[in-house]
Formats: sequence, structure tokens, C-alpha cells
Amino acid sequence: MADLTSNFVGIRSPNPFWLASAPPTDKEYNVRRAFEAGWGGVVWKTLGEDGPPVVNVNGPRYGAIWGADRRLLGLNNIELITDRPLEVNLREIKAVKRDYPDRAVVVSIMVPCEEAAWKAILPLVEETGADGIELNFGCPHGMSERGMGAAVGQVPEYIEMVARWCKQNTRMPVIVKLTPNITDVRKPARAAKAGGADAVSLINTISSITSVNLDTMSPEPSIDGKGSHGGYCGPAVKPIALNMVAEIARDPETADLPISGIGGVTTWRDAAEFLALGAGNVQVCTAAMTYGFKIVQEMISGLSQWMDEKGHATVADIVGRAVPNVTDWQYLNLNYVTKARINQDECIKCGRCYIACEDTSHQAITMSPDRLFEVQDDECVACNLCVEVCPVEGCITMEAMTPGTVDPRTGRVVQKDYANWTTHPNNPATVKAAE
Amino acid sequence: MANSQMTRGIAAGRLPAEVIAGNFSDLHPPLDPHEAAVAADRCYFCHDAPCMTACPTSIDIPLFIRQIQTGTPESAAKTILDQNILGGMCARVCPTETLCEEVCVREVAEGKPVLIGQLQRYATDTLMADGVHPFARAAPTGKRVAVVGAGPAGLACAHRLAMKGHDVVVYDARQKPGGLNEYGIASYKTVGGFAQAEVDWLLQIGGITMELGKALGDGLSLDGLRDGFDAVFLGIGLAGVNALRAEGEDREGVRDAVDFIAELRQSDDLTSLPVGRNVVVIGGGMTAVDAAVQSKLLGAQTVTIAYRRGQQQMAASVFEQDLAASRGVRILCNVMPVAVQDGEIELEYTAQEAGALKGTGERFRIVADQVFKAIGQRLDGAPDGLKIEAGKIAVSDDGKTSITGVWAGGDCASGGDDLTVTAVAEGRDAAEDIDRALRS
Repeated sequence: MADLTSNFVGIRSPNPFWLASAPPTDKEYNVRRAFEAGWGGVVWKTLGEDGPPVVNVNGPRYGAIWGADRRLLGLNNIELITDRPLEVNLREIKAVKRDYPDRAVVVSIMVPCEEAAWKAILPLVEETGADGIELNFGCPHGMSERGMGAAVGQVPEYIEMVARWCKQNTRMPVIVKLTPNITDVRKPARAAKAGGADAVSLINTISSITSVNLDTMSPEPSIDGKGSHGGYCGPAVKPIALNMVAEIARDPETADLPISGIGGVTTWRDAAEFLALGAGNVQVCTAAMTYGFKIVQEMISGLSQWMDEKGHATVADIVGRAVPNVTDWQYLNLNYVTKARINQDECIKCGRCYIACEDTSHQAITMSPDRLFEVQDDECVACNLCVEVCPVEGCITMEAMTPGTVDPRTGRVVQKDYANWTTHPNNPATVKAAE
Repeated sequence: MANSQMTRGIAAGRLPAEVIAGNFSDLHPPLDPHEAAVAADRCYFCHDAPCMTACPTSIDIPLFIRQIQTGTPESAAKTILDQNILGGMCARVCPTETLCEEVCVREVAEGKPVLIGQLQRYATDTLMADGVHPFARAAPTGKRVAVVGAGPAGLACAHRLAMKGHDVVVYDARQKPGGLNEYGIASYKTVGGFAQAEVDWLLQIGGITMELGKALGDGLSLDGLRDGFDAVFLGIGLAGVNALRAEGEDREGVRDAVDFIAELRQSDDLTSLPVGRNVVVIGGGMTAVDAAVQSKLLGAQTVTIAYRRGQQQMAASVFEQDLAASRGVRILCNVMPVAVQDGEIELEYTAQEAGALKGTGERFRIVADQVFKAIGQRLDGAPDGLKIEAGKIAVSDDGKTSITGVWAGGDCASGGDDLTVTAVAEGRDAAEDIDRALRS
């Protein structure tokens, strides 16, 4: 039986599934329910400095996009940090941590970019017995207009500075939460490391407008006819998050920096992918907000089953396993030739592979009058579009050609040796050995 | 004492009014917007979709379902009605299980097709509820066309001709237009006076005059119509009913299923409609099932369908057979009627012998207060001079008969199944051909 216990920068939890700093972790009531449901930890919704709390809009806070059957694919929000008094949150954090000592309780913090503000709040959080802090440098909406959140996270020098202040003023591990609303996520990650942060967590939400109400011409969610960009999350952002996690994991400067993976984790499989790309644990929000806390049971059972099947004993055994396989395009093997293969027994004859290839790609699938769909190897460039549009998983696959055989499309013999763009004759930068 | 299911003989009011009302409610209640959204989301938007090919009117089904998905059921309805002006009725009565839904790739993959028929109804009902008629007439051509028969074929033909700018007069022997839509389909398939509402909606195109109570041979002649109009379309259906050829066929309590169905459709008080305590329906098609099921719903204690061939040969679809079984109708196969007696019917088992169906000699009797004949309709009253082929008016692919200037379609014409949707396709296609002829 796989061991799912997690030790992330010294913070222990019974499993690697934490709830991200967000509405589900704003109150003791919710967090207790989460722990009862089985979540390994929470990052408490972001605390601000003492004083009158922030206020939220009193109209809708969320917008969404959906797939078939109104399955929620992407959610955005314009909610700010906690709008409850600091003292109330601190008291509740302390009570919850006292009652659930085996669970991870990390507190997210966002205060103005002044050392005094951080110095003031850190002892208060430390006093709750919390396991660590997460610096919210990510929220793209509202708080960023006040010089906090993403406004800090978009300036690596600020990240480094604040991380250093925190490390100097608390014994707790410091996790820096990164915004994806930048061009190169490695820069803020390096800054966090330079400031002494114990880890980074990413991604925070992505600046977004989910939809426009075509009757009122207002973006959604609409507040009295106006909308503001919100922070986007949910299954739709997972690919963006995976890439950013991988970029940090494979950057030599940050390769040893622990990562808490966030962004569209919905199933055990999503979680395993984040772990494989270098995340030490994962944080979940939208999936819980969509389906409730019980989903963690599937995440636990699924990850456990897969680990058993693959012979992975511990979570640490998985972390980073896929990182060596993330490379630059220029190093991809150009001698690897595949062709699409349609399993006729699985085919339901919808014709989507055909029309996708015919209209938008390489005219490499033929259709007979009785709806037999066949790949023409002499046209197939192996783009994978047919695989992706087929409604039946596994019906169309990509099959590698055996070295030594001739690719009917190019007329060239498939080579067994690896060769990439850096040495390709068409590459203007290639230095020809003969010259 | 009120009647009950046990009342002997043929009697009305066997069930309480509220039970009968429930029994005759919509077989498939309309999808609400949420149900329609869920159903529409299952469509894969197939390329050159099999459902579309299977539809006799070639409705672009993936397109109209996508239009429902994207919140424009009115556009979906336009897509449907472009091909099939009676798309609302066809959504209710088409045997989708043997047409579009049978070949839906999700039927193939999962045994559960997209609910094409019900989605079609959702779209067409939405548009009709808005009172919108999305077609307009072309400039008047000054040409006049006579359409005989206001059934699906005639109505489809008339609408298309009117849209092309021709003036159309539609004649029908009955007092209401609609043909089998009005008189010949089980009540629970088209509730709420839909058939008439659809005709009213269709006539919004303009340019169509209805002449009811007029039939060929009864004030109308083909020669007269040819003289008075630029073209004639015959959509006269199958007015004759096949005989049982069994002893006692003329006894009281023996009647044509189509008459019973028509009477039921026209009744505004089903508790006053008499039905036998023990009903036997002879036949194996849709009409047999419609008569049998409705007898049961009216309160018959036992209803038996007696069909002379095997179940595989029944013209009623498996869905219809299952519907009958679920309502408590017993289906007896490989039996033929020999004689109708007082309160009984004598049946004989049949078997195939040297390619012919013959009685085995083994006979038995079952109780029968009422016997419905549903062994097929035949062409009756076709004008002289028309070439007849296998009992139907011979027509070309575009509906031309053997007489110049006369077209025909629907059940009375050769080719195609005897289905509402097929009749619509034939009426429409004949109209296109008439239009071409009138313009050349």
C-alpha cells in the first residue's frame, strides 16, 4: 500500500492534497469540514493587516466557462482577501490547528510592501501554531490595484525583498505564491529563492474575462452593468500551470526549490502529473468549489492505486520523475516518425477525424461510402489532431515507425539514431563540420 | 352502476375520466430547456452524419442540435423546417428508432442515441410557440396548382409551391385538413390539437386556399383539375382497407382499426368512446399497435394483437412492440383469423410452406368482444388513366405520374415507406419539380 504522507518543507500532512488559499479556507467551519473529509492540509485564505477588513463586492463574484453537459471548465473570481477581522481568523486558525495537529495549516498573508507591516503580522500568525506561511504575490484583481498581490509578484526585486523580510522575522517556513501573469515564471521563482524562501507555490489565478453578457454588454460577473477582470482557475488552466511548474523544476537555478503545484487539479491524475513535473504537493480549489470536499477521497484512492500499480512507495518517489523529459523543442528527436492508426473495432464512424484532417490539416484520412475511415500514410504527418478530436479514447493512436522502414510520406528511410534541429541541415545556425 | 374494465361487451367509460386523461397524455413529454441542453450536448456533430442520411427529408441534424446547444432553438427550427415543413409532427410521430436514432453513432457506441426526435420537437415547439413563420413567399408567378389531399404530402407540397410564389388550392375529402396527422395517429403521440395548430401555422405562408369536404369522384375530377390549374398534385393516401377474408367479418363488433383511431382522435370525451372488454387486433403494423394500445388505455381488460407472420416480420418497430407490451398488450404471432363468432375469434396457427404462408390446421379460440382489422390500407379512388404499379400510383423520383402535368406523392404513390416523413419528402420534392416545370 502506497504511503501518501507528505513532508513539504518540513510541513507534514497525511496526504499531499491541500486546499489552496481561497473561499473554501476562509473560515473555521469550512476548514473543519475539509479536514473531516480527509484533506491533508489547507492554506488559510489570505489575511491582511490588522484594521478594518477589506470589503467585497455585494454582487456576483464568479464567472465561468463550461464544456458539454455544463461541466465547469474554468472559473474566475473577483473576490478579495478575507473580509473578516484579523483577530477572528487568527483565533479560528489556532482552534483548528489545535484540534487537527496532524494536518497542515499554512496561512496566506498579504500586507503592504513595507517591512513594518510584515513584522507586525508574522508574530500574530506564528502564535496560532500554524505550520507555515504563504506570501500571496499572486492575486491579479483588486488588491493589485493597491500595490499588493500580483503587483508585487510581477516585480522580482519586491519578491526577493519581502521573502527576505519574512525569513528574518519568523521561524515558519515561507512559501512564495507566484502569479502566472508574467512573461517568464523563472524570474520570480529565482527571486523567491534569492530571498531565502523555502518554496514557491504556483500558479495563482490568471487575469481573465470569462464572458460578456450580450444583452447588457457587461463583462461577467457583472456588478451593476460593469465588470472587472478576475482571476481564472479550474481545469482550463492546468496546462498553463503544468508548464510553469516544469519551467521552474528544470531551471538549474531553482531545480532544488520545492514547489507546491496549483492550477486546475481536479482528479488524482492531475495531481500525479503535477508531482511528476516537480511539485512536492498540490493545492486544490476549483474542484472542491465545484463538487465539494468529498473529491479528496477519489484523489487519495486514485493516487494510491496508481502508485501501487507502478510500484511507487512514497510521494517523494514520484516527485520530479517527468522533469528530465521536459526539454526544448530544438532537442526533440526529428527521426522519430509516427503514423495515426485507427482501430476499426473501436471506431463509431462519427467522421470527426476525417473532417478535421480534410478541412484543416493534411488530407491524410479517407472516407469510404460505407464510412470506413483510413489513414493514408503517404500524407499523414502524425500531427495527432485526429487523436485529439476522436470521441472514443484510444480508438486512434500514434504508432512509431520501425527504423529501417520507409516513410511513405517523405520517401526516406526511418533512422534509428536520435537527431534534432541543432544538427539539422536546414538550420541556418548549424555549424557544418565539413566547413 | 358505472362501467368498468369487467363490463361485458363493448362499452364506454371503463376507466375514470382522470385515469383516461392520464393514459392519453403525451407519450414523450416535451423536453424542458435543461433537458434539451443535456440531450443536445451528447451530439458529436458527426461529419456527413448518418442520422442525416437516414432522414427521408435529409434534415441537417448535427447543425440543428448545435444550434440548440448554442441557445438558438429558433435557428434550429429553421434548419429543420427548411427540409421538412411538418418537422413538428415528424418530431412526434417519426419512428426515430428505425431512422435517425437507429444510426446515431452513440446508439452504435453506447446503445443510447442522441434524443434527436425530442430535440427536434424542442426546436420546432419553441419557434411555433413564438408564433413565428420563418418563410416568406416569392414574387407571385400567376401559376395555379391544385393539391388533392391535405395530408402530410399535400401540405408539404402546397407549402413549398406557395413559397415559390404559386397559388395553391388544397382539396380534402374530410372536414379538417391534416390527413393521417389529424385522423390516423395514436392520440398520445400528438396531444393538444397539435395537428390543426401545425396546419394553421403552415398556412401562414399565404397563397394556399383550403377546400374541405371535396374529393375526387365526388365533385372533383382529375380532368377538371387539369383544365382549371397549371399543375395537379395527388396526395390522396390509401383510402381503402384490406379485408380480413375470415368468416363473420361483417359481424357487429368487427371494424377497421383506422376508423376507430380516427374516431378516437376526433372525440372530445374519451370516456364516451366505447371499447370492447376483450379486444383482438388483426395485423402487425403501426396501425395495429396504435389501435391495440389505445384500446388498452381506454380500459379494455385484455387486448391481443394477432399477426400472421413471425415477430421479426412485424412492420411495427421494436419500440412500438415494446410500447404495446408495456401497456399490457399481448402479441400473438404466426396466427391468422379463421372466423369471428359471438364473443370469440377463432385463430389458426400459420407456417411457411414452400415460400407461402399457410394454416397448419391447428385452431384455437380466444375471447373477443371487439375485433379491429389493421391488415393494411390500399389505394382507393385513384383517377382513371394513371399508371398503377404494385397497387400504387406510379411516379418518377421527382413525383411525376404517367400523365403530364400530374404529380403524386405520399402513401398513394410508389416508392418509399408509408411514413409521414416520407410523404413530406415526396410532397416537397414534387413541388420543386412542379416549380421547375412551371418556370420552363
